[in-house]
Amino acid sequence: MNLLKIISDIGKVDPEVYEKLSSRRAMFKHLSGNGVKLAAAAVPFLFGAALNKAYAQSSAVPDILNYALTLEYLEDEFYRSGLDAAGLIPENRRMIFQQISKHESAHVAFLKSVLMQLSATPVSKPEFDFTAGGKFADVFTNYQTFLALSQAFEDTGVRAYKGRAGELLGNATVLTAALQIHSVEARHASMVRRLRAEKGWITGNSNSGLPAAIYAGEDNVMQGGASITGLGYSAAAATEAFDEPLTPDEVLAIAGGFIVA
Amino acid sequence: MNKTQSKSHDSISDFEKRIMSPMRRGRFLKYLGASTAVSAIIVSGCDDDDDAPSMNASAVDLGSGDIGILNYAYLLEQLEAAFYEMAVSTPYSGISAAETSILTDIRDHEKAHRDFFKAALGSSAITTVEFDFSSIDFNSRASVLGTAKVFEDLGVSAYNGAGKLLVKGEYLLLAGKIVSVEARHASAIRDLLNPFTADYAGDDVIAVANGLDLAKSPAEVLSAAGSFVKNTVNFDKLPS
Repeated sequence: MNLLKIISDIGKVDPEVYEKLSSRRAMFKHLSGNGVKLAAAAVPFLFGAALNKAYAQSSAVPDILNYALTLEYLEDEFYRSGLDAAGLIPENRRMIFQQISKHESAHVAFLKSVLMQLSATPVSKPEFDFTAGGKFADVFTNYQTFLALSQAFEDTGVRAYKGRAGELLGNATVLTAALQIHSVEARHASMVRRLRAEKGWITGNSNSGLPAAIYAGEDNVMQGGASITGLGYSAAAATEAFDEPLTPDEVLAIAGGFIVA
Repeated sequence: MNKTQSKSHDSISDFEKRIMSPMRRGRFLKYLGASTAVSAIIVSGCDDDDDAPSMNASAVDLGSGDIGILNYAYLLEQLEAAFYEMAVSTPYSGISAAETSILTDIRDHEKAHRDFFKAALGSSAITTVEFDFSSIDFNSRASVLGTAKVFEDLGVSAYNGAGKLLVKGEYLLLAGKIVSVEARHASAIRDLLNPFTADYAGDDVIAVANGLDLAKSPAEVLSAAGSFVKNTVNFDKLPS
């Protein structure tokens, strides 16, 4: 069996030989295979070696990874600050935000490591102002403000990843990893929305007091040329059932207010 | 191959697990094609399951390429929609208004996904699949929400794993629009089961080391969903 043969070879061949033995696409398939437990140390090495060869010349993938990293820096610092702010998050809700914070920190570390494996330079963490110049002055003293911004960042994160997935077609490993982060952000978003007594899903472009840009376009009912309302669904169900992407410019317009430099 | 012996245990036990659950012949053929190393186990498993496929449900061939992947998604959306239609029409005892609202919303989303795929696939769409939910106690909150959790997590992992198999960016975007909604569902269902804990995005699905959600291949997903599907499902031609 191909897969067992490859595992047996890992200990004795260098990555160059390895790549000759197996197409890049096949290797990635094996790396993500459920039953395959490669030695932990071998995975980043192989991952980086293959990625490097294929994509070092292209700046598109590092650009997208740095875009994602910037958003993850923002989320990571936001939740760290929230958890550090005494009395902000009720004791019986801390577990929820500790879990989000843990994921955002892991995403930062993961994206940095992938960039470095690509021989690309991870962008530095920007300086953030979560009050957005005073607009959300009580973000770390008022739990409701904190929740509102949390929802804004999570829903924007979902839309941002979605907006760039297509550019990763052809890089199966990075695309899959991006999708695997994307759905985690959506799980977060649903939970935080429900803490605000909102539905876990987005109905139309309703923004529940947040800047309208965050939900602009979520009222779309046309999917792949088909009208979902035309299939007999209410506009509410039709828009809830499909999340919409944002372009980098749209994301920057939302997140830029929180980035000082 | 000596080196492989210990490492291959995990793979073998995964195959054994799959064989413990009812499977379809098409799947056995797929595994046989993929691996001679474990063929003996599969063949012995075959005997136990010879009568598993329904005599009435027709065979379903998902097809190849992007169409095959869209049919794969259509099959999973049919499964989810049928499940939630049952869950809403025969509510479990003691269901709360909030739970009814969430399950009804999710039912409508899954039906919209299902009907969208049917419309998008047109004449390439697979038939309406038949399901066997006899293992679910629709009167039990734990059974219904527990199954919902399995289906939603499975759906997320399926879309995450299938993205790279698509060729057209337009289809990838559509899959992306749907998978985040499935993840929203999974989060809500998990929170109903274990409120205000970390379970909405628990360590059982999100890897602690890198914060990544699950991604599964069609073979893995279909073997997990297999016990609920009456039809024989042939996915041999799907991209991999």
